Amino acid sequence: MAEFFHRKLERSAIGFVLAIVGVSAIGGMVEIAPLFTIDETVEQAPDMRVYTPLELAGRNIYVREGCYACHSQMIRTLRDEVERYGPYSLAVESSYDRPMLWGSKRTGPDLARLGGKYSDAWHVAHLVNPRDVVPESVMPRYGWLQRDNLRIDDLGRHLKAMQRLGVPYTDEMIENATADAMGQAAPDSGYAAGVAERYGEATNVRVFDGEPGRLTEMDALVAYLQILGRLTDAAHATDAVETGALDAAPAETE
Amino acid sequence: MVAGLTRSERQLALVILTLLGLAGLAMAAAGRGDLMGAHGFVVLVFAGAVAWVLMAGFYAPEPGEERLARYYDDPTKAGIVLTMGWAVFGMFFGVWVSALLAWPELTFVDQAWASFGRMRPVHTTGVIFGFGGNALIATSLHVLQRTSRARLPDQLSPWFVLIGYNLFCVLAVTGYFMGVTQSKEYAEPEWYADIWLVVVWVVYFLIYIRTLQRRQEPHIYVANWYYMAFILVVAVLHIVNNLALPISLSAARSYPIYSGVQDAMVQWWYGHNAVAFFLTAGFLGMMYYYMPKRADRPIFSYRLSIISFWGITFFYMWAGSHHLHYTALPQWVQTLGMTFSIMLLVPSWSSAGNALATLNGAWHKVRDDATLRFMMVAAVFYGISTFEGSFMAIRSVNSLSHYTDWTVGHVHAGALGWVAMITFGSIYALVPWMWKRKTMYSPRLVEAHFWLALTGTIVYVFAMWNSGIIQGLMWRTYAESGTLAYSFIDSLVAMHPYYIARTVGGLFFLAGASVGAFNVAMTIRAARQETVQGSAADVPATAAVQPGE
Repeated sequence: MAEFFHRKLERSAIGFVLAIVGVSAIGGMVEIAPLFTIDETVEQAPDMRVYTPLELAGRNIYVREGCYACHSQMIRTLRDEVERYGPYSLAVESSYDRPMLWGSKRTGPDLARLGGKYSDAWHVAHLVNPRDVVPESVMPRYGWLQRDNLRIDDLGRHLKAMQRLGVPYTDEMIENATADAMGQAAPDSGYAAGVAERYGEATNVRVFDGEPGRLTEMDALVAYLQILGRLTDAAHATDAVETGALDAAPAETE
Repeated sequence: MVAGLTRSERQLALVILTLLGLAGLAMAAAGRGDLMGAHGFVVLVFAGAVAWVLMAGFYAPEPGEERLARYYDDPTKAGIVLTMGWAVFGMFFGVWVSALLAWPELTFVDQAWASFGRMRPVHTTGVIFGFGGNALIATSLHVLQRTSRARLPDQLSPWFVLIGYNLFCVLAVTGYFMGVTQSKEYAEPEWYADIWLVVVWVVYFLIYIRTLQRRQEPHIYVANWYYMAFILVVAVLHIVNNLALPISLSAARSYPIYSGVQDAMVQWWYGHNAVAFFLTAGFLGMMYYYMPKRADRPIFSYRLSIISFWGITFFYMWAGSHHLHYTALPQWVQTLGMTFSIMLLVPSWSSAGNALATLNGAWHKVRDDATLRFMMVAAVFYGISTFEGSFMAIRSVNSLSHYTDWTVGHVHAGALGWVAMITFGSIYALVPWMWKRKTMYSPRLVEAHFWLALTGTIVYVFAMWNSGIIQGLMWRTYAESGTLAYSFIDSLVAMHPYYIARTVGGLFFLAGASVGAFNVAMTIRAARQETVQGSAADVPATAAVQPGE
């Protein structure tokens, strides 16, 4: 019977096309559509702030250089990962991340909680030549980040696109995007005050690359790396971390 | 090849190329000061180069009506050449990036383009889309005509698909070098390249459906089921995953409409089904045609074909979430992904078993014929890597394997052992048919290629199994005191010998592909040198490979 049915189906090109589309559509619809409608999918984090223009520019450099190929930004709910990297990642922490950079491979360590772990000077030295600070490292050198000036004239358009997609950037933030990018890396300039005003007092405002007077790609990338895991404290507040009650932790091995 | 086109087809081609060149010019002008401008010049030069070839034969005499009595194979021939070219290119960059993980200073130049992060997608795109995609287009156009006993509906649209698709690959690869990427794995090209691919793909689908409508066979042969699933589902995956908002129409950068956890789910729904429908379904189509043809045996079981086809089409689409075990993705989705990944073993092994059982009665040919052996080994690796995939999708196994080289090893067991082997086998079967030769230029070089490829794959996969499992164990090992026993850098240092071994394995595989490219080139050269043309007309496929006969 089934074979008879299939012999009929095989005789119709259009029927076969429709059958393939129908059969293949089910899985994705069942798994993806509810992620937009079930509220528990993403936690609430009222304290979460958006990336500053400089941090967003740094994130775009991270994207451009393909850092996701070797670094994850997703700490799994496993004991050894929490002890190595910090509290496991929550969905809300990447809710402004377009694209998400969870990664799939750790040739280098996870970076989800990198922010604040090392000094700016360490990051700059490490990016210029990783083997100067970690002799065994196999990471590429990124010397050109220090050489190249950061492009900031189009940052308003970046923020505008994000706003259209639902990221809560205000019109004021969009208007001042270029000035805020300059101000965040130049604490003595007149632009610095506006950054704290729009993005919060806790925002890092300093010369990230150690070279005052020039706004380089290094400034932006280090500013981004220093904010990783620090847009919200939600992950530090979860009960699971405090009690150590993780989902599943096949931690010890023979 | 231009001589095979009619006058009106040549004129239409020139119009399309002019429009393409103008589009490139517009991108170059509007995108001044942005990387899109550079891509505008790439489009312009590409259109100009193709137009140059077209113009060289533009005034050649028109082909006669007798062409309609033959299959149209020129795009397949060009596709085979492109396939071998991309193979060497993509695998070369694979060897290079793998060497960088053993010797990080091996960049020769202190330039951004030569850093690991930019060259790694050049490797993956080069082999998956350049090598794999061209092989799929070339073989599908060949198989489609034979199994339908119908000529392609026109001569221009297959060229549009083949050349347009390669423009997409060129935009992708040049983009990564310059820093144009979405950083979405296996979907790195930016929005304008993505839109262009949709245009190409719609034409590809239309060729397929129009040819099937004109078929002289009552049934649609099983290879075409797979090729159709490949075309249709890849279109859906590509469009849904790449929905993004550009910051402006003159800038290369865009932001995806999904963020965070939803983006992760869409990305891996895409990513895993790119494996399923790009790297599996299409290549199963290849296997279901070229293996029975080469072995001269009918497919073992029609029913198994049906089970495996619909099983793969249905189950695979659920499996992507197994890439996100223990992450911030809700657990119910993870569990669904795991469950369906395990069920996938049934259709996967149905295909692998069906292929191997087809060889029953032809094992002496497998022994003597390296071409058929390529296909047999491909079926074996297909079975191995699908088993491994289902196994790694189990949550507790995944807790060890995820983020490690084990995943890389698994992917290459599939990519080298299955995809590349079935492709090389099919090409070695196809090239003599296409260029009307009895055999390849050198059957001994085919034999050499086989052993280079098999050795390379085995060295590669064993190196990565070892490094991945060691890595995973080191990350989770605790010392007596209850603290983590190893720092991250300890685990990296432990990888060094395996990374060297992996590069050696890759070198073997690249050497094999280079030998293959040389062999194909020499076969074509020999065919060209033979002045006597007009040998026996290409015979339509025999009924021997029709399903259930």
